Amino acid sequence: MQKFDKLTAVAAPLPTINVDTDMIIPARFLKTIKRTGLGKSLFYTLRFDEKGNEREDFVLNKTAYKNAEILVAGDNFGCGSSREHAPWALEDFGIRCIISSSFADIFYNNSFKNGILLIKLPQEDVDKLMEGAERGSNSTITVDLDAQKITGPDDGVFEFDIDPYKKNCLLNGLDDIGLTMQKEGKIHAFEERLKATQPWA
Amino acid sequence: MNRPTTLYDKIWESHLVDERDDGTCLLYIDRHLVHEVTSPQAFEGLRNTKRSVRRPDLTLAVADHNVPTSDRSIGIEDEESRIQIEALDQNCADFGVELYDMNDIRQGICHVIGPEQGFTLPGTTMVCGDSHTATHGAFGCLAFGIGTSEVEHVLATQTMIQTKAKNMRVTVDGELPIGVTAKDMILAIIGEIGTAGGTGCVVEFAGEAVRALSVEGRMTMCNMTIEAGARAGLIAPDEKTFEYLKGRPKSPKGSTWEASVECWKTLKTDNDASFDIEITLQGGDIIPQVTWGTSPEDVLPITERVPHPTDETDPNRRKKMERSLEYMGLEPGLPLKEIKIDRMFIGSCTNSRIEDLRAAAQVADGRKVADHVSAMVVPGSGLVKEQAEQEGLDKVFIEAGFDWREPGCSMCLGMNPDKLAPGERSASTSNRNFEGRQGPGGRTHLLSPAMAAAAAIKGYLTDVRDLGVD
Ligand code: SF4
Repeated sequence: MQKFDKLTAVAAPLPTINVDTDMIIPARFLKTIKRTGLGKSLFYTLRFDEKGNEREDFVLNKTAYKNAEILVAGDNFGCGSSREHAPWALEDFGIRCIISSSFADIFYNNSFKNGILLIKLPQEDVDKLMEGAERGSNSTITVDLDAQKITGPDDGVFEFDIDPYKKNCLLNGLDDIGLTMQKEGKIHAFEERLKATQPWA
Repeated sequence: MNRPTTLYDKIWESHLVDERDDGTCLLYIDRHLVHEVTSPQAFEGLRNTKRSVRRPDLTLAVADHNVPTSDRSIGIEDEESRIQIEALDQNCADFGVELYDMNDIRQGICHVIGPEQGFTLPGTTMVCGDSHTATHGAFGCLAFGIGTSEVEHVLATQTMIQTKAKNMRVTVDGELPIGVTAKDMILAIIGEIGTAGGTGCVVEFAGEAVRALSVEGRMTMCNMTIEAGARAGLIAPDEKTFEYLKGRPKSPKGSTWEASVECWKTLKTDNDASFDIEITLQGGDIIPQVTWGTSPEDVLPITERVPHPTDETDPNRRKKMERSLEYMGLEPGLPLKEIKIDRMFIGSCTNSRIEDLRAAAQVADGRKVADHVSAMVVPGSGLVKEQAEQEGLDKVFIEAGFDWREPGCSMCLGMNPDKLAPGERSASTSNRNFEGRQGPGGRTHLLSPAMAAAAAIKGYLTDVRDLGVD
């Protein structure tokens, strides 16, 4: 997994609330057996018209935001299905960090497994960063995971909370399957206990 | 004395393998359902790291999302779908996982076949790479939808890393009026708390109206818990649950059955346990529900009208509402009963079980689908289909002009050829009305199976109670 420590990048504003995983990547693009190459289908219906031409009014199609690596998003971002194709598409497109007032749970977990940092902030802070993001390519945001701090375009600083386990995995690019396998002794002991007490399970 | 705990607390605590100081827990997973869309990359990950499936005996795979629901003897025409299904066959063969393939009578939507086979059991933990895994909560099984990386984690270690969720309880008191179903109840709850109302929570459903539901009705409710943003839904098991599971192929047998039932009887929230969030609704107030927008929370009683964005004070919500109405092609103020439909879909893991089909068939019996409507019924599994045919429901549907199809996810998400054309409007028993969910540009109204059948017959969204059926 890609590490994430510090990022200074253009942030794109996407104030729509309840952006669901079908919007992030429609189901017809899930017929793949690979994790890669999904960036071209990201936000497909919002980004492209029926003929496959870019929609000029969609934020990531605007010149100012072509290189955005951060999204400032509306409430309840990523609701809907458990498809990890959503973070795969975001990551492949180049998005490394999303800031919102809330995220759907499964999407939240999935993103961290793919090196994408999701930051929850109070609505008023999101509103300020949204305003900053709306100013376009000159306004960059700096996200420092280690210090748990965001510096906005006007040097405003916002602190954020993050689960220490997720933070550590992201900072070091750790594969959590490997970490869990080190607990084999405990898993085995649990299974033995279960066999004795609840053989049907 | 021990602190009073909730059903969720009990199942959680009994599955803890490890707990770190920071609260991150390793939870043991008793059952894992696997399907073709979210698993190929997980198996690929295992191969790349030379890992194996730790407990193939606790893992069950099925092809459901991509399978055609028309004649299967000709195979799968769509190449990408075929490759994905072949990959599942190969992965299951390589890693020793039991698979119900497309031609197996037991094949069906993963959340339908789990309970049907007795793979889903009370007091256990279950995961599946699919958000509607919440369905299995109807049995008092703690069931989570997970992403592909987590699927790989569970395949390799039979555990998952999680922090504990908050406890939320939704109580529905009283009795549901005639013509009001589990689907209406859960839609009404989502309308009340919103699609993010359960975020970070495991929701237990309780109260007289919930207890009165059949096990299948409870599955419909728990299925849509994810649409309220919750991590899982739970209903305490009772005699109905045990009765449903008794004798299923994978249910415990003989003396183990007796012992398991004794243990399952203890699975309930203690009287004085406290919840972080409590919501109470009156069952008697619920009216058949239908969605008007592009989020399951955009829901109203069928007796209402399309809402006015001008009545919404929050600017972001107003914008979302305007966009939804534009997408749905609806004018504010239009009575919901005047919305004309083109298609009707009965199916999905929310409403494709035998009782759903019976309820729809009761409405369809002796009537005809409106001329301008194309209606399809997709049973949840091969066994549901077989049972329905034994009961003659297929004939009722076919005579009324419904299309009777093979089991699978079908038009719930339109990954196979069953989809809406741009602008087409469907009355659907599935669970998501997101933009493009049932096909690019398609417009979805969510409702119960009886309401869907009524809409197909009238050609408009309809209050099933007006047709005089219960
Ligand atoms: S029926 Fe629909 S919601 Fe259910 S598992 Fe299939 S695609 Fe997902």
